[in-house]
Amino acid sequence: MKPAPFAYHRARDLADAAKRMAAGPGRFVKALAGGQSLGPMLNLRVARPDMLVDISALADLRAVTVDGDRVRIGAGVTHAMIEDGAVPGRLGAILADVAGAIAYRAVRNRGTLGGSLAHADPAADWPAALLALGGELEIHSAGHGAGHDADGSRRLAIDDFFTGIFETALGDDEILVAVTLTRPGDDARWGYAKLCRKPGEFAMAIAAVLVDPARDIRRLVIGATDDRPILVADAGPLMAAKFADAELDALMPDFDPPRRALHRVAVRRAARMAGL
Amino acid sequence: MAGAGNGAGNGSGGSGIGARVPRKEDARFLHGRGQFVGDIRLAGMQDVAFVRSPIAHGRLKGIDHPADAPVFTAGDLDGVKPIRAVSGLAGFKASDQPILATGKVRHVGEMIAACVAADRALAEDLADQVEPDIEALAPVVDMARARAGDAPLIHEDWGDNIFLESRFEAGDLARMDTAPVTIRRRFRMARQSMAPLEGRGVVAHWDRLARQLVVYSSAQLPHIVRTGLATCLDLPERRIRVIAPDVGGGFGYKGILLPEEVCVCWLAMQLDRPMRWLEDRHEALSAAANCREHAYDITIHADHDGRILGVDAEATVDAGAYSSYPFSACLEAAQVASILPGPYDLPAFRCVTYSAATNKCPILPYRGVARAPVCTVMEAMIDHLARAVGRAPHAVRLTNLVRPEQMPFDNITHKHFDSGDYPECLRRLVRMLDIEAVRRRQARGEADGRLIGVGLAIFNEQAAHGTSVYAAWGIPMVPGAEQAFVRFTPDGGLEARIGLQCHGQGLETSLAQVAHSLLGLPLDAIEISHGDTGLSPYSTGTWGSRAMVVAGGAVAEGCRLLGERAAAIGAHLLQVPADQVRLDGGRVVSATGSVSLADIAATWYKRPQDLPGDVDPGGLEVTAGYKADRDTGTFSYAAHGAVVAVDTETGMVEILDYAVVEDGGVLINPLIVDGQVIGGAAQGIGTALYEEMPFDDQGQPLATTLADYILPGATEVPAIRIDHMETPAPYTRFGQKGIGEGGAIGPPAALINAVNDALTALGAEMTALPMSPERILAAIMAAENTEETG
Repeated sequence: MKPAPFAYHRARDLADAAKRMAAGPGRFVKALAGGQSLGPMLNLRVARPDMLVDISALADLRAVTVDGDRVRIGAGVTHAMIEDGAVPGRLGAILADVAGAIAYRAVRNRGTLGGSLAHADPAADWPAALLALGGELEIHSAGHGAGHDADGSRRLAIDDFFTGIFETALGDDEILVAVTLTRPGDDARWGYAKLCRKPGEFAMAIAAVLVDPARDIRRLVIGATDDRPILVADAGPLMAAKFADAELDALMPDFDPPRRALHRVAVRRAARMAGL
Repeated sequence: MAGAGNGAGNGSGGSGIGARVPRKEDARFLHGRGQFVGDIRLAGMQDVAFVRSPIAHGRLKGIDHPADAPVFTAGDLDGVKPIRAVSGLAGFKASDQPILATGKVRHVGEMIAACVAADRALAEDLADQVEPDIEALAPVVDMARARAGDAPLIHEDWGDNIFLESRFEAGDLARMDTAPVTIRRRFRMARQSMAPLEGRGVVAHWDRLARQLVVYSSAQLPHIVRTGLATCLDLPERRIRVIAPDVGGGFGYKGILLPEEVCVCWLAMQLDRPMRWLEDRHEALSAAANCREHAYDITIHADHDGRILGVDAEATVDAGAYSSYPFSACLEAAQVASILPGPYDLPAFRCVTYSAATNKCPILPYRGVARAPVCTVMEAMIDHLARAVGRAPHAVRLTNLVRPEQMPFDNITHKHFDSGDYPECLRRLVRMLDIEAVRRRQARGEADGRLIGVGLAIFNEQAAHGTSVYAAWGIPMVPGAEQAFVRFTPDGGLEARIGLQCHGQGLETSLAQVAHSLLGLPLDAIEISHGDTGLSPYSTGTWGSRAMVVAGGAVAEGCRLLGERAAAIGAHLLQVPADQVRLDGGRVVSATGSVSLADIAATWYKRPQDLPGDVDPGGLEVTAGYKADRDTGTFSYAAHGAVVAVDTETGMVEILDYAVVEDGGVLINPLIVDGQVIGGAAQGIGTALYEEMPFDDQGQPLATTLADYILPGATEVPAIRIDHMETPAPYTRFGQKGIGEGGAIGPPAALINAVNDALTALGAEMTALPMSPERILAAIMAAENTEETG
């Protein structure tokens, strides 16, 4: 369990990182942040990049900034930073709860929000939680293709980010830079439930619910799936139906009955937490 | 001379037999200063990586590899013999486990080629370039399929896939047919993978001065490894020295000669360079450390009071592709037939067992060999019986347990239960758990809707059994007497060397306590060394919970003899007759004076002119031997009890209380015994609730990292309450009994009974381990469906 040979570049700044990511055809370059998923994949030789671009030293990526009701969280912010209150207010409390239940503290100390999203494991916490909260991703590359600003950035709704299990809309040369979330209204309600065999394990079932009347948002996400997390962008009818078994089962037709039952339980527990 | 007799308690001063002494080993282990195989660095050492079979069953047609690189395949291993572990039991079919695959591959992970490089990463790079050409054959993945007449053959010359079929029957079998109560169940216990903190590892080099192959191996049985290596490599045993340095847990996994060890040794000799292989967790999980996996079809017959009239069982064990050295492929199944009756007095018993060969890696012995599954099945059946006759589970057990006045008791399978009070053990557990209070809580119901259940289990554990038991089995290793080498150093310290090996049991402390009890020297003046064939007497090693019985006996005998010799010298120095001195507190004492063991040692080594004329020329060192008065084994026993809360929505189980009452005879170090019980119980909780090595229908292992193979952690193991009984064993030196495995035996049984107790309200029951959320939910759903359709 030792990685295949790869080149390593520790990026000085985002432009430097983006330049290295644009390696050209036939060269497989991966961004390395906390390495909590990529590291084991390298060791198992499941991932065999030609080069790793280490973006963990980029200070920009580790910043949290608040602008009105918008909160921008750098992709390099670690789970532990969020757990320890890096994001202020109610939104910060919601995120801290999610962060504090990710794996173990040792993992949280290194693992990053952006890394988790880019890895797109449907059994991980951030894909489900942030998909439920909604938001916008900031993506950077050296290229200036369609949809990119002059400085190489583009923005993408998180709803369009996950394309499959371990698959995202991120291009080979692109770096996830930040997530911008909108602070939920005062009467917003949030529920998050994760069922694990034991603390720190990957989830058997995840559900996240956000109801934000001020913004007319009623979202449900079911994670720990075999594909991208299931997003119900308008969960109003489901809520009206009190999350009935049949309605929920229709969302996960491929699961066997015990697994479907676990996900139904996660949904109902998240809903109960949200006071639904 | 008086005082050097039994020795127990002699001058112990709080650190002899029975004292709760912290482990001497802790100083190096807890500070990270141990020396494991992975810590050994030899000049010029090369790392080895193995190319392993990606498929479960296939014909190896060729191996494509870089021409000028150090890649070795079976064809290169000139003169190296396969590993062959036979059994003398009638009908046993032997397998040849090739060091590197020859002709066929028979399980995923079987070694095909060895690649050598300056470090492991480079060796893995080389392994990447090796391409075996394998023609896939239909695999046999399930043991039931293995037994079918039309199953593909794993070893073509056998004609079937059965290592061994064994039958046992005794007693009044006819009464079973007319029994008023008959209960039949089927059970499955998953294949598991052992997970010592340290994996396997080996460093080997040829020592030109000693003209020896020196092998550092993470091993429990260094002398047996030497015999196995000598056989496979065709070397005289004196040309091999096996050293087991610090070993980070064994549990049975390190009691096996691995083909990797043979290959690394061959490479070291062939290339004349130190070679190293350190197993990684992926290799352990997918290619080697598998264990357990039993299936049962069992019927229990009883009267209306729950008195058992007979047990009729068929057991199949998935033994994997090869018979492992030295314990053989029938280790598990053949024992099932002899231990299934447990601590109960059965009037009739019939059992058929099959050791089935499959295209999975060989099944290896794991703490509580065969006992954990057997105990689970028997104890679950007793609970079913109790429900059927409407009595409390503990009451039905009390009806059937062997009673203290029957001890020693020869049971229906001719096991000689040496001593104990099984009913008292169970009664104490019932009091500890306060079952009445649990029943009241159960009746009240939980605010969160979870269901409460309480489960009991009681079992006994044959340990330290010797020649009379293993000779009949006919495996390559039959234990006889055990020896210890003991010596006073010139400054009056004590060195003791034993041939078995300590991999976390605290033997360096417990055996020092034994020596202290005999000689009175402080523990820090006593050094116990072990695990080195070059320095120690021969031993079959550390297995079968035997160390404290056999090595304890041998160290005690050595110390007794040394004490006698020291006393004779001391009496001379004190100018009194030898029968007028005694040993006390590290001194030889007469009515008028005393002399220290240090002075006596100094006299022997440095001032021989002061010795008596008739002094024993053997001096202050001795190799002494020990064999129990009767070697049919000690029978420790224990009752385990669990209270659980089952979340019927998620199928998750929380252990609310866990209690153990155990009797290990006279405990040498109760603190260490508690640790053994707790550590074992953690593993048993893993067996019960978490650990499973699943395979797909092509024989691919599906839990190949610790992300998929779930072990219990600190949050899953509750505080375990322990109560000790101490019934001395009648046949051992101090009345001690082997106690190393019991902790792992009870939990699956206690927990399946607790979960079933909780699920009774829903009409659901568990028949498979581990009791994963999916399995519990499936059982609940099956019960709901039965209710709806019924």
